[in-house]
Amino acid sequence: MEANRQILEAELEREIFTHSQTLFTQTAKSRQEQWIENLVKTTLLILTLLIIFPLILIVGFLFYKSLPILSFEFLFSNPIRGMRAGGVWAPFLGTIYLVVVSLLVATPIGVLAAVYLNEYARNNWATRITNLAVVNLAGVPSIVHALFGLGAFVLFARMGRSILAASLTLAIMTLPVIIASTKEALGAVPMAFREACWNVGASRWQTIRQIVLPNSTSGILTGIILQVSRAAGETAPIMFTGAIFFKALDEGNIFAYNIFDQCMALSMHLFTISTQVPDVPEALPYGTAVVLLGAVLLINAVAILFRVYFRSRKKW
Amino acid sequence: METGTKKPIDPKQQGRIYELTHSPGQFAESVIEWIIRICGISAIVFVFGIFFFVFREGAAFLFGGLDLVQFLTSTEWYPSSVSNQRYGVLALIVGTISVTILAMVIAVPFGLGAAIFVSEFCGPKLKEVFKVVIELLAAIPSVVWGFIGLQVMNPLIIKYLDAPIGLSVLNGGCILALMSVPIIVSIGEDALKAVPDSYREAAEALGASHWQVVYRVLLPAAKNGLLAAVLLGTGRAIGETMAVLMATGHSVNIPTSLLDSVRTLTATIAAELGEAPVGSDHYQVLFIIGILLFTITFIVNLTADLVIKGISTENDL
Repeated sequence: MEANRQILEAELEREIFTHSQTLFTQTAKSRQEQWIENLVKTTLLILTLLIIFPLILIVGFLFYKSLPILSFEFLFSNPIRGMRAGGVWAPFLGTIYLVVVSLLVATPIGVLAAVYLNEYARNNWATRITNLAVVNLAGVPSIVHALFGLGAFVLFARMGRSILAASLTLAIMTLPVIIASTKEALGAVPMAFREACWNVGASRWQTIRQIVLPNSTSGILTGIILQVSRAAGETAPIMFTGAIFFKALDEGNIFAYNIFDQCMALSMHLFTISTQVPDVPEALPYGTAVVLLGAVLLINAVAILFRVYFRSRKKW
Repeated sequence: METGTKKPIDPKQQGRIYELTHSPGQFAESVIEWIIRICGISAIVFVFGIFFFVFREGAAFLFGGLDLVQFLTSTEWYPSSVSNQRYGVLALIVGTISVTILAMVIAVPFGLGAAIFVSEFCGPKLKEVFKVVIELLAAIPSVVWGFIGLQVMNPLIIKYLDAPIGLSVLNGGCILALMSVPIIVSIGEDALKAVPDSYREAAEALGASHWQVVYRVLLPAAKNGLLAAVLLGTGRAIGETMAVLMATGHSVNIPTSLLDSVRTLTATIAAELGEAPVGSDHYQVLFIIGILLFTITFIVNLTADLVIKGISTENDL
């Protein structure tokens, strides 16, 4: 009886095994499919790597070429001898001024605009047009922003070519960056948080201020950081609204610029010494490019780390 | 206090309701809400503002003096000629179009390929890495791209393609391709991500291989989003200024080969606005070119938006 059962079980096992062989061995067709699959995957991987490769190559090459000149002294000394020697202090400080002023203007408007779009706006055609305007504002060419800045701020508002006019132009240009990331951050706050708050009698604004905004700080900060990086790199919008080829400046004085005056800027300086000034030693524009690129990539890296850190801490 | 209800209300509760509706913060709150509303429509105000102010500077010459037909069909761009100024932007338009087309021919396969790879064929860790790198690629300032075109691509093209000058359609197109790839990847990836997982699961349950799922199910389902990604990449390429100013050379002519120098609409404004006296014909023509650029990119972005919104009504995601 017992022996019989064992034989039966063994037979059953064998049967299952052979069936599984036919079920799970590859047929010629599936082998071909597998081959195509691998081919496609490899091709796509190569395409992706070919996009990423230039980034590493370019950053590496620029850095390599600028090695002879890169130092703290380069960053903190002024351009001299008709911008054919010296460092990048004046343009560096100018870029900081432009970025800070544009940040002060763009942040409140951008964050409140996102609050409106996410918390107040109803789902109707007016909201759709507003969203469309944000997308279009992001798509307006930078040189058209420059024309606008020249026409509206420099000439119409009589600001003249100044840090103020250039920063306002930059602020409008980078507004969509802040709106988009703030909107995303606000959208990520669960609806239940708001409902709980309304249920204890809080008004709409109280809910936003006490619950929604504190819970989306990280996303909003990321947007602000990205705005900074974008504003720091732009050239065209500031060329005709406030950036100047050359300005003598006190070294080490961080209050050397007046916001109603023109300033130098890193991006403009790179353009000037690589196209307008003859006989510039080769390392100088490379050094300037690395300072600009380094600053922008560093700011972006901070934004990314920020996002990763806050995402890991998120409780919902 | 008039509550308007007939049922008597417990005075304690009435006080509470009064507190809620008439708290001293109510006025402040309505002010804040108005500020929020005003900021909310700021984007609309700015878009109209941009059009208005650019138009305002160029309007006088646009309606009095400029021959619009000649403006759009002539290739003769001699804005600072002393005796006979001619403003024909055809060569500039062709310059913009040629550089943009080359950029898209390079960027679209790479961008969409990478979007598919990152979205569908990649582990979560690798995906994060690729997305970060592509984000960094998007962050490189356009003047740095222009510098790369000028200092890196230029000698390479002269050396390996035996061209007299390396600042050409080819150079500008490659640089613009690298600049618009990140947009195509990130928006394309969003479009693929927006396809519901139930589509993938249904196809896999029918025995489709991974590639078959992508090719037969995901691409058709996400085609509008992918098209929008390409359109937005094109918009970026058309509007790019500093990179093409530095990388495409500086000659106003209709290109006959990839190695010809051209000049684009954007580069012309950037190069000449500084020299044109405020209010002169030349100055106003540059603003008219600005209106032209604004209109082109507006149409491209509007189309992209309509195409994206098309998805949500069709597929009911």
